[in-house]
Amino acid sequence: MAPVVEMRGLTKQFGRFTALDNLNLRLDGGKCVGFLGPNGAGKTTTLKLLTDMIFPTAGECFINGISVQDRRREALSDAGVLIESPEIYPSLTPNEALGMVADLRGVAPADRAGRIRTVLAEVKMTEWADQKVGRFSKGMKQRINIASALVHDPEVVILDEPSTGLDPRGMAEVRSIVRDLKKSRRLIFMSSHILSEVVDVCDEVALVNKGKLLFYDTLENVTTRFAADGHASVDVSLARPVDLGPVSQKVAGLSGVRSCTPLDAKRLRVQFDGGAENQERLLEALVGLRIGVIGMTESESALEEVYLSQVSRGD
Amino acid sequence: MAAESPTTPAVRLRVPEPLPQAFKLMGYQLREYLRSRRFIALIAIIATIGALITAVVAYYHDSVALHSLLTDNQAFYGSFWAGGAGVVIVLAAVFFGGDAIAGEFQNKTGYFLMGLPLRRASVYIGKFLAAFVASVAMLLLYLAIILGNGVYYLGTNALPWELGASLVLAIVYLSAVLGATFLFSSLFKTSAYGFVLTAILFLFGFTILQELIEGLVRIQPWMVISYASSAVGGVFGTGVNWGLNGTSAGGIFWTAGIAEAVLIMLGYLVVTAAVGLWRFEHEEFT
Ligand SMILES: Nc1ncnc2c1ncn2[C@@H]1O[C@H](COP(=O)(O)OP(=O)(O)OP(=O)(O)O)[C@@H](O)[C@H]1O
Ligand SMILES: [Mg+2]
Repeated sequence: MAPVVEMRGLTKQFGRFTALDNLNLRLDGGKCVGFLGPNGAGKTTTLKLLTDMIFPTAGECFINGISVQDRRREALSDAGVLIESPEIYPSLTPNEALGMVADLRGVAPADRAGRIRTVLAEVKMTEWADQKVGRFSKGMKQRINIASALVHDPEVVILDEPSTGLDPRGMAEVRSIVRDLKKSRRLIFMSSHILSEVVDVCDEVALVNKGKLLFYDTLENVTTRFAADGHASVDVSLARPVDLGPVSQKVAGLSGVRSCTPLDAKRLRVQFDGGAENQERLLEALVGLRIGVIGMTESESALEEVYLSQVSRGD
Repeated sequence: MAAESPTTPAVRLRVPEPLPQAFKLMGYQLREYLRSRRFIALIAIIATIGALITAVVAYYHDSVALHSLLTDNQAFYGSFWAGGAGVVIVLAAVFFGGDAIAGEFQNKTGYFLMGLPLRRASVYIGKFLAAFVASVAMLLLYLAIILGNGVYYLGTNALPWELGASLVLAIVYLSAVLGATFLFSSLFKTSAYGFVLTAILFLFGFTILQELIEGLVRIQPWMVISYASSAVGGVFGTGVNWGLNGTSAGGIFWTAGIAEAVLIMLGYLVVTAAVGLWRFEHEEFT
């Protein structure tokens, strides 16, 4: 049976503030789903509801068809969870902490030691296996947290910003772990702010903003849908810092330009009606402004475009 | 990278029942307690109390005042054991239970546990049992020190059966104090409140309340736990009331019957555990 995670009419209010508004989302099958949205969008709230850490104002969640709200113990038995960089009892060692997880989760004694060894190797913490967690750095703790989420080889993996606190190599390792999980047909639901990570490992993306789901689709569809929309976006670099306020106004006034946003003192992002001809004319016009244009490149990634345009639409 | 290939056999899993999970959790929690500074500190405190008692008794053992205590086992345990046990119990409850629940929120260790397929009740009960076992160990340490003195001064009279009964009562009292401590700890997400409230209430709050009720309201103070906990020392001596009804001197100062005391203490345990558990079941890890 393929793993399934489902959220039905999920709503969460904190007092009068609605952090999550009627979220309906069904993730079906072995794949990685990236969960995107700006700070405060409701990602962690969703994942906490999904793991019964907090309780919905309305709605319900299911993991493999089992209601999380009614039967958390059964529902979470198929899931590996990492939310909000938790702390492990400081006097335990990674071996003991993972042993505790394995015991509480009922990993068969025959598999226990092997699994602990495997996940510790996956997060590159083997040599720290018998040191107390309390003395670990943030990133080392996060590695152990990732290992704890995987020790029972779960069908469903729920990760809230797993790369938090990790060094560049650690981030690469997380990607590699997620790719391996996909190979063995696991369903990964992962929030992230690192779009390159999402593009790299996710098959699908869901975007939330202000507690509302903006879209959920395959990565391909999301980016092509955007291209079909007809407009493109470029980053313009300048030789020297200039007062970007008036400059962006001038640029925004050029024909065919939809918007112009300063990225930093020497960079502008320009959205315009797509196509090579338009781009040629835009470049000529920019040079004509004599603002020290030294380069023009396509914006970092198509996903980022979609992200920024969709999120800013709600402002 | 130790890759899991698609052909890797799935890990065999059987999530334990809620009660076995609580016991497993208790085991790991105990391990955490045994390695904590708090545990060492409490042992040091109890050892110091024991050493002081031992030294004072050794120094003054010829005095008239102490002579009667050191020849009568009932009087000896009634004052040295019962007097200190109440303090040791409250200290242990504060040390092991004061932040048992609040600490899970404050230190974010609860977020680790809540990702596991555990009922909240298993967490609460597992932690309660761990605090209980650790506290009983502290009580036994104190008993060992007093018993050492007892054997030295009382010789063959050092082991009256009442001491056993008193130990059982002390353990029942301990469970009631822990029940309340866990309740306070689950009411507040900040650890300090649990510590302070338990210490204030059980070290003197309830005693003052009992005296107010006895002296001013002039009714039997059965609802106050200090009334019941006096049974820990009340089993020593002659003419002990083992029954379900308390007795009073002149209608003012009441002494609980032993069976009555047990019921009251168990009542505290049941009510505080139920409310604390209910509270924890509805607490969000925001
Ligand atoms: N306990 C709480 N009480 C009140 N408001 C809360 C609480 N927890 C979260 N919120 C609010 O709910 C909203 C969603 O928060 P959430 O943590 O889900 O965001 P997020 O998408 O995970 O953001 P980030 O990317 O910063 O992690 C925020 O506006 C936050 O202020
Ligand atoms: Mg978050």
